[in-house]
Amino acid sequence: MHTAIPAVLTELSALDLSRWQFGLTTVYHFLFVPLTIGMVVLVAILQTAWVRTNDEKYLKLTKLFGKIFLINFAMGVVTGIVQEFQFGMNWSDYSRFVGDVFGAPLAMEGLLAFFFEATFIGLWIFGWDRLPKKVHLATIWMTALGVWLSAYFILAANAFMQNPVGYEINEAKNRAELVDIGAVLTNIVAINQFPHTITASFMFAGAVIVAVGAYHLKRKQFVEPMRTATRFGLWTVLLGGLGTLITGDGLGLAMVQTQPMKMAAAEALYDTASGADASFSIFTIGTPDGVSELFSVRIPYLLSFLSTHTMDGTVEGLNNLQAQYVELYGPGNYMPVIWITYWAFRWMIGLGLLSTLVAVTGLVLTRKWKYNLPNWVWNTAIWAVPLPLLGISIGWMFTEMGRQPWIVFKLMKTADAVSPGINGVDVLISLVVFTLIYGVLAVVEFKLLLAAAQKGIEEQKAPEDADKMAVAY
Amino acid sequence: MQLNEIWFLIVGFLFIGYFVLDGFDFGVGMALPFLGKDDTDRRVLINSIGPVWDLNETWVIVAGASLFAAFPEWYASLFSGFYLPLLIILAALIMRGVAFEYRGKGHTIGADERKWKSRFDWMIVIGSALPALLWGVAFANIVQGVPLNKDHIYTGTLFTLLNPYGLLGGLVTLTLFFTHGLVFITLKTDGDIKDRARALATKVGVVTTILAASFLVWTLVAHFSVLGFILTALAALSLIAALFANHVKREGVSFTLLVFTIITAVGSLFAALFPDVFPSSTDPAFSLTIENASSSEYTLTVMTWVAVIMIPLVLVYQGWTYWVFRKRVSRKSIPAGSH
Repeated sequence: MHTAIPAVLTELSALDLSRWQFGLTTVYHFLFVPLTIGMVVLVAILQTAWVRTNDEKYLKLTKLFGKIFLINFAMGVVTGIVQEFQFGMNWSDYSRFVGDVFGAPLAMEGLLAFFFEATFIGLWIFGWDRLPKKVHLATIWMTALGVWLSAYFILAANAFMQNPVGYEINEAKNRAELVDIGAVLTNIVAINQFPHTITASFMFAGAVIVAVGAYHLKRKQFVEPMRTATRFGLWTVLLGGLGTLITGDGLGLAMVQTQPMKMAAAEALYDTASGADASFSIFTIGTPDGVSELFSVRIPYLLSFLSTHTMDGTVEGLNNLQAQYVELYGPGNYMPVIWITYWAFRWMIGLGLLSTLVAVTGLVLTRKWKYNLPNWVWNTAIWAVPLPLLGISIGWMFTEMGRQPWIVFKLMKTADAVSPGINGVDVLISLVVFTLIYGVLAVVEFKLLLAAAQKGIEEQKAPEDADKMAVAY
Repeated sequence: MQLNEIWFLIVGFLFIGYFVLDGFDFGVGMALPFLGKDDTDRRVLINSIGPVWDLNETWVIVAGASLFAAFPEWYASLFSGFYLPLLIILAALIMRGVAFEYRGKGHTIGADERKWKSRFDWMIVIGSALPALLWGVAFANIVQGVPLNKDHIYTGTLFTLLNPYGLLGGLVTLTLFFTHGLVFITLKTDGDIKDRARALATKVGVVTTILAASFLVWTLVAHFSVLGFILTALAALSLIAALFANHVKREGVSFTLLVFTIITAVGSLFAALFPDVFPSSTDPAFSLTIENASSSEYTLTVMTWVAVIMIPLVLVYQGWTYWVFRKRVSRKSIPAGSH
């Protein structure tokens, strides 16, 4: 019966295609998540400022950035369902093996966070004239709480894949079983990953606010509120940037402790090094493949410091770890793809630093509320908006690809996790469907966000009766 | 009662909650081409579910995650086995969700407003009808049993699922959710559209009754139990009573009875399933049951605490949302000249 299917299709690997699909849908989903995590709080702060001061300027900004938040939020929600389903659809052997442990934080995320945010966001959108001012303000803070709780639970689930804790292997059932939920929820990787994700998200949300402010200040329109917005955004990027740096350092230490291979891969360090030799290369000409020494700009001691917070620390090399792992887990290649981890680590840090630098420059230039600035200043602020988002995306690629070949570090390889019942053609169909839908939606979404941002502040029409304002569609 | 039995009930509760709530959203979506004579009508319809469709849809995410946590084997076998139907459901839910959000925003980017809205309205209709049909197909097949091998891996294809019982189940949910949505419209709107919804609900309701009665009796014959019999009888009676209440313009009573119909009808499916969760038609020995599909005692204990504390809380704040937005939406409430 397979004669109807061309040979090339039957050769398709469900594993490879599932990996591409997971990568595509997850990176795509996480384009929307950082703006949600950061912006929900920034909007809540703006609305709080309005409720406390009664200054119309803050109400206008709340509505403008609230609209941007919502256009983005919808995409995060609908792409999030795919995430929840595809563990079972494409990775059923993974789900069988870890479901007892991994399912718990996911279900908690649903019961504690998803219901919460979905309910309160509806109340916030439609409740402007239905709820008392302060109750309405509370709904956006409740939404923020839901969003952040959700982030924590999903990061705790991810942390189990990086650093499995709180489990025991049940040999008879061939699965990992939960023995300590406290350990899973206080995983050292989760505790460090959460603030890193939150602070980086603030950088992006802040950068969006700065870009909108800059666009209008360049045109000398809505000057009063946009000056406030720009300064608010710049401070958010700066504080977010500093926070990301500090929390990134913490996460790096946790990574060295739990996944030394990932740190070695981040630096393409083939042989164990100590002290001054444990240097950090800012960049390399060519690709570090371990075959020959390449030209690179290096800072002595820095890798030692990053990995151990001491100058004379020892950082394990790829070759040593590979040998160790072969002994522990049998023959195989235990290194991730080195050129990806090496460059991803640098781009992540570089983009974050660059974005922070832009914010510092912006704060200096706009001090004392100056806005009569040359166009190139505003253009820089506008075009700097993707920097944090790119940094975040690349950072996740580093985190996830640096874990390979494992899906759960030390317990299960990605190659053993794919659904045994699905075939390449099925996955090809789903990959094409998701790519097409996501591609079209990306274009529409981008245009709508741009339009909302460029329109700026809408004059509030006085509602003829309060009832009309309860309609949002 | 054992923990895995409690979790069978909780998973059943979450799916029933999902069908009760997103069920009327699907129905409202399907009603667009029938009741939406102009854009104002269509906005009245969409705004009747505006504040709640997102939280209603969330029930399926939570149901899926709870299945993952409490019955990982069931989650793994079901989701990988029903790969293509779930793909269609996911694509439909994505289309529906963004269409709600984007249909009114075409003018901001200079699109042809009529074409733009019409395109998104069709996405809402299709994005509502497909899941309404496919959830029924999926659940009917779960109850009936599907080819599972000794490792509980699905060995059929997409077409295995499109058998008479599965398709009948799909038509039942399609028409039942349509009726449910139409009665919801009579409850939430005013004026001419309300009367048209009521008349259509009667017609669709009669078709639903015939389909549902055949399906539930078929289920009962195949998997007889006393509880199943009681639930089936209650479902049939309340559906007929709901149609009568709709006819005599008691929309609140009619809607409540339809909620009860969905609870008892889906409940009868779960009763037919128990103690299996995913029966194998290849060999009963390969079936997944509440015993061999469930998580460890410890996980179930932890999750029971979470569920026992959270679910009542969730019901309270979601109930409050429905209370806040209890007012009817009418043509007058759609501002003229807005989008």
